Amino acid sequence: MLKTLTDRLFDTATRRLDGPLMVTLIVLGALSFTVVFSASGGASFDRALGQARNFAVALVALWIIANIAPQQLMRLAIPIYIAGLLMLVAVALGGEIRNGARRWLHLGFVVIQPSEIMKVGVPLMLAWYFHRKEEGLSLKDFALAGLFLMLPVGLVVRQPDLGTAILIFASGFFVIFLAGLSWKIILGGVIAGGATMPLLWNFLHEYQKRRIYTLLDPTEDPLGAGYHIIQSTIAIGSGGVLGKGWLNGSQAQLDFIPERSTDFILAVFGEEFGLLGNLLLLTLYLIVIGRGLMIAINAPTTFSRLLAGAVTLTFFMYAFVNIGMVTGILPVVGVPLPLISYGGTAILSMLVGFGILMSISTHKRLVST
Amino acid sequence: MIGTTIKNREAELTVFRTRAMFAGFCVLLAFAILAGRMVYLQVVKREHYHTLAEANRISVVPVVPNRGLILDRNGEVLAANYSAYTLEVMPSRVGELDKALDELASVIDIQPRDRRRFKKLLEESKNFESLPIRTRLSDDEIARFAVNRYRFPGFDIQARLFRNYPHGEVASHAIGYSGRINDAEVKKIESAGLAANYKGTDHIGKLGIEGSYEAELHGKTGAEQVEIDSGGRATRSLAKSMPIAGNNLTLTLDIKLQRAIEATFGDRRGAMVAIDPRNGEILALISRPGFDPSLFVDGIDPQNWDLLNTSADRPLLNRALQGAYPPGSTVKPFLALAALESGKRTTTQGISDPGYFMLPGVAHRWNDDKKGGHGWVDMYKSIVESCDTYYYQLAADTDIDKTAEFLATFGFGGKTGIDIDGEKEGTLPSRLWKEKRYARLPPGDRRWNQGDSVNAGIGQGYSAFTPMQLAHAIATIANDGVAIRPHLVRSVTGASGGENRPVAPANEARPAWNPENIAFIKRSLEGVAIEGTSARVFAKASYTSAGKTGTAQVFSLKGEKYVEGRVAERLRDHAWYIAYAPADKPTIALAVLVENGGFGATAAAPIARAAFDYHLLGKLPDPTVNKAPVKNVKDAD
Repeated sequence: MLKTLTDRLFDTATRRLDGPLMVTLIVLGALSFTVVFSASGGASFDRALGQARNFAVALVALWIIANIAPQQLMRLAIPIYIAGLLMLVAVALGGEIRNGARRWLHLGFVVIQPSEIMKVGVPLMLAWYFHRKEEGLSLKDFALAGLFLMLPVGLVVRQPDLGTAILIFASGFFVIFLAGLSWKIILGGVIAGGATMPLLWNFLHEYQKRRIYTLLDPTEDPLGAGYHIIQSTIAIGSGGVLGKGWLNGSQAQLDFIPERSTDFILAVFGEEFGLLGNLLLLTLYLIVIGRGLMIAINAPTTFSRLLAGAVTLTFFMYAFVNIGMVTGILPVVGVPLPLISYGGTAILSMLVGFGILMSISTHKRLVST
Repeated sequence: MIGTTIKNREAELTVFRTRAMFAGFCVLLAFAILAGRMVYLQVVKREHYHTLAEANRISVVPVVPNRGLILDRNGEVLAANYSAYTLEVMPSRVGELDKALDELASVIDIQPRDRRRFKKLLEESKNFESLPIRTRLSDDEIARFAVNRYRFPGFDIQARLFRNYPHGEVASHAIGYSGRINDAEVKKIESAGLAANYKGTDHIGKLGIEGSYEAELHGKTGAEQVEIDSGGRATRSLAKSMPIAGNNLTLTLDIKLQRAIEATFGDRRGAMVAIDPRNGEILALISRPGFDPSLFVDGIDPQNWDLLNTSADRPLLNRALQGAYPPGSTVKPFLALAALESGKRTTTQGISDPGYFMLPGVAHRWNDDKKGGHGWVDMYKSIVESCDTYYYQLAADTDIDKTAEFLATFGFGGKTGIDIDGEKEGTLPSRLWKEKRYARLPPGDRRWNQGDSVNAGIGQGYSAFTPMQLAHAIATIANDGVAIRPHLVRSVTGASGGENRPVAPANEARPAWNPENIAFIKRSLEGVAIEGTSARVFAKASYTSAGKTGTAQVFSLKGEKYVEGRVAERLRDHAWYIAYAPADKPTIALAVLVENGGFGATAAAPIARAAFDYHLLGKLPDPTVNKAPVKNVKDAD
């Protein structure tokens, strides 16, 4: 009797969770706890426990989202997108300025960053849009989708917040790409983008240009803009194959790595755990991405397919941009290392994404049977 | 309808799958690039980055050696080190320095003097140097700063060794001082190849013993490998090679004698050099007024610097070594010896002194000090009573170049070779000297004439000697003509106690003089103290002494009689006394000069008496005795 009760409870709790994905996420969470502890000096548990709390809160959100059927989620697409867009406009008109960027919005009791909402809002909206247009997609449909995408991206670029804009653009682009935008147009877009590059260059902010200069030659300004890259590559490179050992990275522990528990946490990880650690991390990410793509391919509806694919590829985008930046092959943009970097918002939006994936993965049987 | 929908669905699914596969392929490719980059960094370039990380982490910090101590001959400490906490700043790390200092003043007491001094240091320094703002912080201030440290990036508290001169002004010119290294000294250190040994050292000896014995005092810099964090703060020590402290110097100075005589000088300007004639050891080297060497240790502030430099008393001038004064009558015994050695005079040959001297064909009258003259004067009387006419005549009879050649063997017109820098040569006039000195004048004005010789005959005119030279010369007489190079350092001792290098007396090569002539001069000098110009000063002394007074004109009185009170203080005569004691076996020889002191017998000789009383009897002078000028003493000079 009791046994069946606990069984039933367990079943209720885990019914909507995807086993392989969940296990991988928990492994990554444990890894994050370990690295954040080291990156915050290795003496105090404050940050590491904070990160554990971030995960706990985000897991609750994941569970809730996972228990919402994709059909329900679809209904939320327009309200979320519209609300997000309105808030972005509000930010542009009178948002709070911090560190020279207008990104924050006061909502009476909380201050939020509406661009974070759009990371979910845009793929939701586009997936809904393409789902509705199931009977063949015309060029006009793609053009309209492009408008839905570029509206929030443009607003975020203006804040300015290039990192977030890239991620929002990527998430929306993945939906459009998976929906079947013609290769010709994609190729044309790439060529056109390349051609207008010099023109776009003029629209970049001075600090953004400097980041690109820095990428090309970090030694040009070793104590200024180049400092981050120089110190992070030194940290990773000096870690070697096996790493210096947990809590033993001199670059990390002696505070040579800036933002060492947030955007540049990979430098701490790479220094202390070496190439083996890095390859393990890449493998874990590949498992997550592979599982995500599988869920997408097996998803029953256009909406869930597109959404699952976009969420998965956006996660990939996070990992690629961050690792590329910390290892010095991409310019510095404010993108965290997914599921490892310290920070509540990023973990929350990431696990909400995985909640959607799990919802899609666990609700399809009900639909198909 | 339904068929096409299904077909569309099928087609759409195919498109999606292809696209998803393609995306998956892109993901793999991207991750392969990242993995490749990691392999490149962590395997291929690992050594390179490892070196960079170590360079980041490890800093070699020089460990500055303790500077050697300076002790007097009895082991009393003249210069030592003390450890103190200083507040320092790296100006390059601070944005608005003035603002930061204002803010700092609320935490730590910063006086206007500290600010002025800091400003001066800042102008002289290179940007990456750490500069002291305040020294000698109290525990309270250290604690207050520690709490507020986060507000002051670039500021830090350091434990540093400072030089301490416990005797203040006493012997300041002999000891010298050490101060912060300036640009010129940096260049000197670099060209001497000592840059490595001076890493971390920011003080250097500048003057006197501190300056001249820098190489002994500095020691060998050690090195410590420390692990540092990104802020440059040491987190732990990895390895350390200990510094070797500088050598301690034991001087020949007797600081008690020095202090007693400096007190005797009171407010008067002047100099005294006392030498042990047997070995050249300098017992006292005085130049008044002195200065407080501690002012220079952590950088002198501009106000005090101006005060020292613009003072009419010129306290920074080392009068004993650098002040060249006309020797006046103190030159007479040396001229008498010259006359004996050259055969120009015998001891019994004499003149009848009418009280003045005239050169044939020259209208000028050279007056003797004593109106009406000294009567019959032989060589003994010429020294004892200091008869000018005798020497006017002698000078007229002697070739100036011969005289100069002889005086040069006593060290006049040259350096005595004392072991500290800055010694001046003074002027030993000769024909050649005048030619050179007045090369710009018409030939008639640069030619030596008999009048010049007559002036030089009583130590006036062009003649100018330093107190050091006269002390050295009288010590040579006291030592029966054997000249020994004067020196201030008695021995050099390794700080750990092992090594001990005594400084051996160095005899100077010079022609041998007839011992009888020397003995006669010595007898005459004894006569000065017994029955001559300084007899009154040395009355009732329990020891015998020998000496010679001198009163050197600063300013030529054309035929007028010199009356002390009528002449402005700065134009008054310089008072000299050169002497040694005990007369039979001298252990101390000295030269005293009192600038604008008036008569040698009244101003300078009492100082010599005080020095002898202390050195021979251990009797400290009564400081009140010599304060009041002796009135109306009409000693001939």
